[in-house]
Amino acid sequence: MTTLSTGPARTRRRGGRLSGRPQLYRSYAQELALFNTRPKRIWVGLIVLVALGLSQMLTDNHLNTLALAYAFAIGALGLNIITGLAGQVSLGHAFFLGVGAYTAAAISGDPDGRTIGFGITNILVWLPAAGLVAGLAGVLVAPLATRLRGLYLAIVTLGLVFIGEHLFREWSDLTGGAGVGREAAVPELFGIEFARDGDYLTSDQKFYLLMLVLMLVFALGARNLARSRTGRSFAAVRDRDMAAEMMAINLPRAKTVAFAISSFYAGCSGALIYSIIGFFEPSSFGLLLSVQFIAMVLIGGAGTVSGAIMGALFITLLPTLTRELPAYLPFISGQVTDTPNVFQLEQVLYGLLIVGFLLFEPRGLFGIWIRIRNYWKGWPFSY
Amino acid sequence: MTDQTVGGTAHPAPVARLDDVHLAFAGVKAVNGVSFEVRPGELFAIIGPNGAGKTSLFNVLSGVYRPQQGSVEFMGESILGRRPHRIAAMGMARTFQNIALFEHLTVLDNLMLGRHQHITYGFLQAFAWVGAARRQEVEHRRAVEEIVDFLELAQWRSMPVGLLPYGVQKRVELGRALAMEPKLLLLDEPVAGMNQEETEDTARFVLDIRDELDVPIIMVEHDMGLVMDLADRVLVVDFGTPIVTGTPDEVQRHPDVVRAYLGSEVGA
Repeated sequence: MTTLSTGPARTRRRGGRLSGRPQLYRSYAQELALFNTRPKRIWVGLIVLVALGLSQMLTDNHLNTLALAYAFAIGALGLNIITGLAGQVSLGHAFFLGVGAYTAAAISGDPDGRTIGFGITNILVWLPAAGLVAGLAGVLVAPLATRLRGLYLAIVTLGLVFIGEHLFREWSDLTGGAGVGREAAVPELFGIEFARDGDYLTSDQKFYLLMLVLMLVFALGARNLARSRTGRSFAAVRDRDMAAEMMAINLPRAKTVAFAISSFYAGCSGALIYSIIGFFEPSSFGLLLSVQFIAMVLIGGAGTVSGAIMGALFITLLPTLTRELPAYLPFISGQVTDTPNVFQLEQVLYGLLIVGFLLFEPRGLFGIWIRIRNYWKGWPFSY
Repeated sequence: MTDQTVGGTAHPAPVARLDDVHLAFAGVKAVNGVSFEVRPGELFAIIGPNGAGKTSLFNVLSGVYRPQQGSVEFMGESILGRRPHRIAAMGMARTFQNIALFEHLTVLDNLMLGRHQHITYGFLQAFAWVGAARRQEVEHRRAVEEIVDFLELAQWRSMPVGLLPYGVQKRVELGRALAMEPKLLLLDEPVAGMNQEETEDTARFVLDIRDELDVPIIMVEHDMGLVMDLADRVLVVDFGTPIVTGTPDEVQRHPDVVRAYLGSEVGA
């Protein structure tokens, strides 16, 4: 039986994985790798390929919705860091989205326009700037989080949304004022103008691909953060803050960093969302937007990166589905003036979904995925 | 056992020293003039009835409470008023009476959190997972695996600690404190609620920590048998007031200790 004794020959490379032994790790680096099993690599690769392929298969309308969903996902990833990972419930996410959106709009805006603008349309300038300014706002708000927790923090961050809305309404040089609004950030990268159809790709296709790539980058960053020293310290603060202090974790600092990173994500998300829509006004950044993000994180599965993305896709694509409803259910109207209409139905659905998930699947869509995975792992046996 | 622990006159510099510490919450005196020192390599036990102020002493040491009077020194420095995370970073580790683990994290992540202060890369490197981040995670993972071996936790390694049985959780908490590479270890009732077998296991680990790792330990415990068997010196407190400090033999015979635990003799 010479074939059995040639153990090392079965290895594809030194220190590599043994084929047919998916659970066997031969070094810590191997086990700590992000995609440490072959199924993970294959699935993620497939999903990315399909997502890229969609840009050629779907209509521009659908691509536009998906691009928005990806931009929303970046914001959900941010809220997931502060709420899911660090355990600080924040209702103020909409405020940070607003700060980012206005920063980007001001940097890329028309210098001769009616609102503040500096005319720098390069996305590599306004996107990081939007994130950094929002992140700075997060640092300024963080002292509240270091003194309050739980419900008290939620209420205070709720106040932040109202202060923000007021600020955005009144500062009309920047925002155009209530009911008027202003142009959003103009995206341009290496001479490619995303807002115009090109020779090979339409505007919507370009936006779709840009948002997809950015979302993947932000998701990878969030995933890396979660498994790092910093991410572990956030989780420690969430699970038992007094014990975290005994692990030499500086609580105020950890919470401040969590707020800063989360707000950075929110700022980038806000800038990107409205660069797709093209125009926005101060009332966009109300409590409803914050609640939508909370819904994304809760429905997706708090504390998980893939959950935040699933939640964002789910919530953003929900209206597309409900707007089809009047065709099937005649008693629901597509008109705002009638009751019941699809828009009311959407609001009710947000609430029902949050309640439903908290009651029946607190781990969210991520939890459902885990259950499906475990079922097929053991199939055809039940355990 | 080394002879530095008992009696002699020339002591090496103490690891920790409390001098005339008073701590009161409004009118309630939790700690009332307690003084003691812990010497290198020593297992120092604090005993006393419920509410005697034992855990309050731990909270004074680790910076959670600030005493109104007295001095607290650790590694030759005054740590009075220093924030808990700074004291922890100086090398003081502790376990809690009611387990305070990070219950959603795995055993490995809990132990890695013990190494928080020894890991130095920042969050920007964490995002990209390059250079120091990648290298240090592997390096400290290796250190943590040694503790997994030492405390025989291998089979629970990647389970969330919230799902583990009580005795194992206690052991994980001990491991988390050890992962800090402490210069002083505070154990708050390490065998509370354990059965005979688990108690014996823990006793073995505690002795190994003192003798092999050479970490001085302060232990608060109600299990008198365990304290008398393991401790080098014992401090007895009652209602926040120190009664006596001495070797287990001396303490057991002390009339005030007998009175505090058994009550005074009839007719005395």
